[in-house]
Amino acid sequence: MDRRGFLIGACSLAASPLVTPVAFAGAPGDNRLVVIVLRGAMDGLATVMPYGDPTYSALRGALPEGALDLDGYFALHPALGGLAPLWQAGQLGFGHAVSTPYRDKRSHFDGQDWLEAGITDMANGMARDGWLNRALPVLGGGADTAWAIGNDALAILNGPAPVGRWSPDSDLALSPQAIRLAQLVMQDDPAMAAALAEAFDLADGDGDPVAFTGSQGDMMEMMRADNKAARGTGAEERMAEFAAARLKGDARIASFSINGWDTHAQQDRALSRALDALARTILTLQDKLGAQVWAKTTVVAVTEFGRTVRLNGTNGTDHGTGGAMIVAGGAVRGGRVLADWPGLDEVALYERRDLMPTRDLRAHLGWLMRGLFGLERAAIEQTIFPGLDLGADPGWLA
Amino acid sequence: MRFDPVLAERRFGCGLSPKIAPPGSAEAMLDGLQTPDPIADRFPIEGFETFLGRMRARADLAKQRRDNRGTELAEAARQGIRDLNRIARKDHWHWMAAHIARRVWTQTPFRERLAFFWADHFTATGKRGLIRRGTSPYMEDMRPHLAGRFEDLLYEAVTHPVMVHYLDQEGSVGPNSKQAQRRQGAGLNENLAREVLELHTLGAGGPYTQADVRELAELLTGLTINLNVGRTFRKPLAEPGRETVLGKSYGGDNPSLNDIRAVLRDLARHPATARHIAGKLAVHFVSDTPSEALVGAVEAAWLDTDGDLTAVYRALLTHPDAWGREGANIKQPFDFVSSACRALAVDGPMITELREGAHLLRFSDPMRQMGHIWQKPNGPDGLDEADGAWITPQGIAARLQWAVTVPSLLVRVLPDPRDFVETALGPDAPEAVRFAASAAESRADGVGLVLASPAFQRM
Repeated sequence: MDRRGFLIGACSLAASPLVTPVAFAGAPGDNRLVVIVLRGAMDGLATVMPYGDPTYSALRGALPEGALDLDGYFALHPALGGLAPLWQAGQLGFGHAVSTPYRDKRSHFDGQDWLEAGITDMANGMARDGWLNRALPVLGGGADTAWAIGNDALAILNGPAPVGRWSPDSDLALSPQAIRLAQLVMQDDPAMAAALAEAFDLADGDGDPVAFTGSQGDMMEMMRADNKAARGTGAEERMAEFAAARLKGDARIASFSINGWDTHAQQDRALSRALDALARTILTLQDKLGAQVWAKTTVVAVTEFGRTVRLNGTNGTDHGTGGAMIVAGGAVRGGRVLADWPGLDEVALYERRDLMPTRDLRAHLGWLMRGLFGLERAAIEQTIFPGLDLGADPGWLA
Repeated sequence: MRFDPVLAERRFGCGLSPKIAPPGSAEAMLDGLQTPDPIADRFPIEGFETFLGRMRARADLAKQRRDNRGTELAEAARQGIRDLNRIARKDHWHWMAAHIARRVWTQTPFRERLAFFWADHFTATGKRGLIRRGTSPYMEDMRPHLAGRFEDLLYEAVTHPVMVHYLDQEGSVGPNSKQAQRRQGAGLNENLAREVLELHTLGAGGPYTQADVRELAELLTGLTINLNVGRTFRKPLAEPGRETVLGKSYGGDNPSLNDIRAVLRDLARHPATARHIAGKLAVHFVSDTPSEALVGAVEAAWLDTDGDLTAVYRALLTHPDAWGREGANIKQPFDFVSSACRALAVDGPMITELREGAHLLRFSDPMRQMGHIWQKPNGPDGLDEADGAWITPQGIAARLQWAVTVPSLLVRVLPDPRDFVETALGPDAPEAVRFAASAAESRADGVGLVLASPAFQRM
């Protein structure tokens, strides 16, 4: 079978009810949301530096070379310098002194659970589904509406509503003969056959074709490279590219993770690396989405908690509470750092060590959901983030 | 349907092997659970008692570091901690390899499957520090209880330091305890109590209320971790007085682990627990939609014996509906990878003596692509039982890619795919798979297609 014939085969499979749930409850509209989970706890104070706070320089020293002054009070870490044009265009903003309601234990694991479950407290135990998944039935759409990208579990999209899942690093490379035979052996198992057909389709559409004429050794090398890539650098851009490709089609929501924020030691180096990956990711999204879709897109990057206000003994920071979030996109009213700034005086800190959170991170997310998808306030406060008080609109969207 | 050795090995064992004959009867499978455990000696995994020694060493170094800030001693301690972390990380991969090798060479494969079923039922893992590597030692501690009484297994798991840590019991303090009076901010944490009722025993729809959760949480106060002895009970943390769980009163003036054992025993024998776990066993081993007759038979055996697990397994293995061919489960990624190794009869050292990078390439990274991150569960409810969670484009692609690439790294000479069809699938291999095996361009493709076939991936 040639490539065309194969794709036709895949299409007819995709039309079968086993593959594509046909229920389209409503229309999710035309706006796009990308949620990036920054795993490991980003240091908000080093990312968006409150140098105007009289205590800041005593805590963290002088601003690093290349820092970008944002508004006379906050300055941007130099590793995010690539985003300066977005800031100037009003397409980049930050929320500061934000956090989920998670407190005190400062465990990544728990903190990420809270962030992804979107819960207010543990009165009903840890939710088993993610808030983005709970949003899907409310905003309508099909199995192609939301994509969990990468090898992460992405609990934020776990739950009963169907979502697409794919990692651009799980590339397939098979001899043309093996492709045909794989289809043959799967044919009596509709569920597996459908998954394989979609896998061929996705893997074929993400840059390099599935059909592969190299040797076994070449194939092994490719798998080694893919595995390494999935853990190494550049994975974020590939995920962003893949997200952009889906969002240009039927998808409205995409989520993936960027790791490497747990900067306990020699924070300069590690944080620069992670911020650089974040900047490249956002710029890749902008580039690949194209002006038209970018204009309807909001990218929000959130982390499980902030880090200690003071540096520790190894020029790093430990797990804290209040932190920062990044909001970018053509749909965003940026050029602003939104914060009810609590100050960095020791008495103003949470437990005398962490930035005091003054706004629930979920309120920002909730208002974005409301603005982008027209969701009712009640749906946000009861279903998506149960127990959340949305409060006043931070006005992220025009 | 009746007992079928090939299906028995696939569904209740670790998959067909060219070297080890499938079981002859359900009774033989159950007898195997009572025999000594030579495979555990051949591919050893450290118990948690030994693992605690690592945690003590780390705590000592951390103290040395704190007490000597800015000196060489602190620097040496920092190095020491780094070494301990690195060794533990490598060992946790060694233990994953030992789990695979056990599945390849065991003569009592049902035991390995049960070890994983219960490890998942009692999902727990470390959240920070060295204990993150303690999950296999935790599994090892459950191993003696796999075919005993459920109440003993339940006690072992629920009071185990890894569980106590995972579900935040170590910081839970009775609101009226001595500790709460001494220290501000100390209080009750309901996490473990809730999951004991919801996940470990009665089930989410079970007959308990928030009041039961709270009372059980109060009864559990005192249960905590000690680096010298592991599980321990500290009276100053315990909530004074009696607590009522499901209408029965426990505890009193002299609180101890015995009160916890008592409430867990009653929960273990509760009809809702029998129902909940009978259903889980049937779903895990047979099908996402097991027959009511099958679940009912397993439940009845539980109730008749107060949760004697061997009797429970007998009810499962001897019920005709356990042997149906319709709606068979798909293997989870670890089942898939390890059963492929068993079909290939991969030599133990080819699995257990790999360097970290080689191990990641062959096993851990591909399994992650298949959707299972080793010992990093999404939550205390563990791995998804629904086939749909695993039959995803990404999951199926990762399995296929693994099947055509990795086996050639594991065995010196790949088998002839035409023979391998029989080895891996038994005498009733589907015609399409036989054809694919003979038509493949290379041995690697042929072997891979057999392993990727639904006949191999379904159990």
